[in-house]
Amino acid sequence: MSLSISLAINGRQHDVALNDPRVTLLDLLRERLDLPGTKKGCDRGQCGACTVLVDGRRINSCLALAASMDGAEITTIEGLAEGDELHPVQAAFIEHDAFQCGYCTPGQIMSAVGLIKEGMAGDDPERVRELMSGNICRCGAYQGITEAVLEAGRKAAENAQPQTGNPDTGKDAA
Amino acid sequence: MKPFDYIRPATLAEAVTEAARPGSAYLAGGTNMLDLMKVGAAAPERLVDITRLPGLDAVEWLPDGGVRIGALVRNSDLAYDARFAASFPMVAEALLSGASAQLRNAATVGGNLMQRTRCAYFQDPASACNRRESGSGCDARDGENRMHAVLGFTEHCIAVHASDFCVPLVALGAEVEVESSDGKRTIPIDELHLLPGDTPQMETALRRGELITGVKLPAGAAAFSGHARYLKLRERTSYAFAVVSAAAALQIEDGRIAEARIALGGVAAKPWRAAEAEASLVGIEPSQPAFARAGEIALASAHPSGANAFKIELARRIVTRVLTRALEGTPERMPALPGSPFAARPDKTSGVAHV
Ligand SMILES: Cc1cc2nc3c(=O)[nH]c(=O)nc-3n(C[C@H](O)[C@H](O)[C@H](O)COP(=O)(O)OP(=O)(O)OC[C@H]3O[C@@H](n4cnc5c(N)ncnc54)[C@H](O)[C@@H]3O)c2cc1C
Ligand code: SF4
Ligand code: FES
Ligand code: FES
Repeated sequence: MSLSISLAINGRQHDVALNDPRVTLLDLLRERLDLPGTKKGCDRGQCGACTVLVDGRRINSCLALAASMDGAEITTIEGLAEGDELHPVQAAFIEHDAFQCGYCTPGQIMSAVGLIKEGMAGDDPERVRELMSGNICRCGAYQGITEAVLEAGRKAAENAQPQTGNPDTGKDAA
Repeated sequence: MKPFDYIRPATLAEAVTEAARPGSAYLAGGTNMLDLMKVGAAAPERLVDITRLPGLDAVEWLPDGGVRIGALVRNSDLAYDARFAASFPMVAEALLSGASAQLRNAATVGGNLMQRTRCAYFQDPASACNRRESGSGCDARDGENRMHAVLGFTEHCIAVHASDFCVPLVALGAEVEVESSDGKRTIPIDELHLLPGDTPQMETALRRGELITGVKLPAGAAAFSGHARYLKLRERTSYAFAVVSAAAALQIEDGRIAEARIALGGVAAKPWRAAEAEASLVGIEPSQPAFARAGEIALASAHPSGANAFKIELARRIVTRVLTRALEGTPERMPALPGSPFAARPDKTSGVAHV
């Protein structure tokens, strides 16, 4: 059974003929489209290493059937930087030492980009940790990851509304 | 993964016809289906992808104040729908306590209801499992079973239903709308998931090919919005299934409880409504002893199915505690850690300090 799907990946159109519907979005990216930046950790939705954006939303590409993604816009870690200029989340990860071995990092960064777009964490480290809990880091770089996500989130908020000096702090009364 | 045919029908009529053929299964977000197919615990011959079916992805408010949630609404979209979360806060809290942000973005309402048990032996085709393969036995009974059922189980199966979402839904009396080529019908959510009896392979009331099209919450369910909480005990703070969980909702009039709703998760093969515990609270003034008694009543018929006697006491305490939280009132803003006993509480000192 052969199936043709078309995907826009990092702004480029791909028409792919799938000779087997079993292929996941993760395997398609890594094995067929030469985009190995997205990592395979558990392959079962339990680690977040495979996080990509589908139509702007973060999901686990290991639990997405490629065939079911037909027509979607996909963003992977390879699509974030503009030429030599890093995406602000990538820059924040370097700035805050948010990784050690780096295996979880593409997934962490894609997840953080999704989190900032969702706009639910504000400037609250507890909310950032909770909403990043779908990304496991075996090296335990969580402290740096949280700081990087907070900083990138702050910058995104400033850029979105440069005139107000009053972003939602998102803090609970404690 | 076993090879399968993939079809993506454009209409509901086509989908239910395809799904009625033996060997078919629906694919929605895929977060449970694909997982089970990878490990060999599910092996459909034909996957019917329902993600493009029209008209199933809306949250519709009904003229009487109830709400109809389309089966393809994603878990995160429902939880972050401002009007929905304000009307049914414990449903939003339960959704946000489940899985991870990525999984909630993919998971659908219908898929969440229909997710299969997390029993390790169910997921391992090399193990005996009556639920996966009728009559093969149950390796959980002498195996790793501390997470298993304490209510409503039989020797044939001791598994639990893992959904968080279903727990407040059963407390609020939700109805599940289903459709097949034979027509439409409505199933009270309390009757959707079946207790194992001697047929644990029959997991739900759905007939072959039936599609969940939506879930309805009755208008009266919003009357609990001021006092409604979900509490979920996990082995880590986030991204873990419930050991036990509970939803509680109260209506307080003139200092007395006019109506109470209580349901438990992680204790049985279905979300467990505790109707007698609810009745014990009606008409009385809320108090700690009354809440503790409700916890006792809710677990009165519980017994261990293995190395899990601890869950009974935990469940009693979680009922008492979620009632206490509900009485304090629904927080104005969703807690930073939804459903967590460790979440900071408004006007109290924080539940826990992280470094
Ligand atoms: C790592 C991990 C952690 C998780 N943690 C939690 C948790 O803490 N709490 C929790 O509640 N859940 C948790 N989940 C489960 C998750 O909520 C479910 O996988 C998800 O809700 C399933 O939805 P889906 O749309 O992806 O369904 P699918 O995987 O597409 O389908 C699941 C099942 O439902 C059937 N189905 C789907 N839609 C319909 C329909 N409309 N009508 C009839 N049948 C249908 C499918 O045939 C299949 O059998 C977790 C999952 C993972 C992988
Ligand atoms: S508890 Fe139920 S699901 Fe688990 S092995 Fe036994 S029969 Fe199978
Ligand atoms: S590889 Fe997808 S979540 Fe681990
Ligand atoms: S940096 Fe090594 S796993 Fe996260």
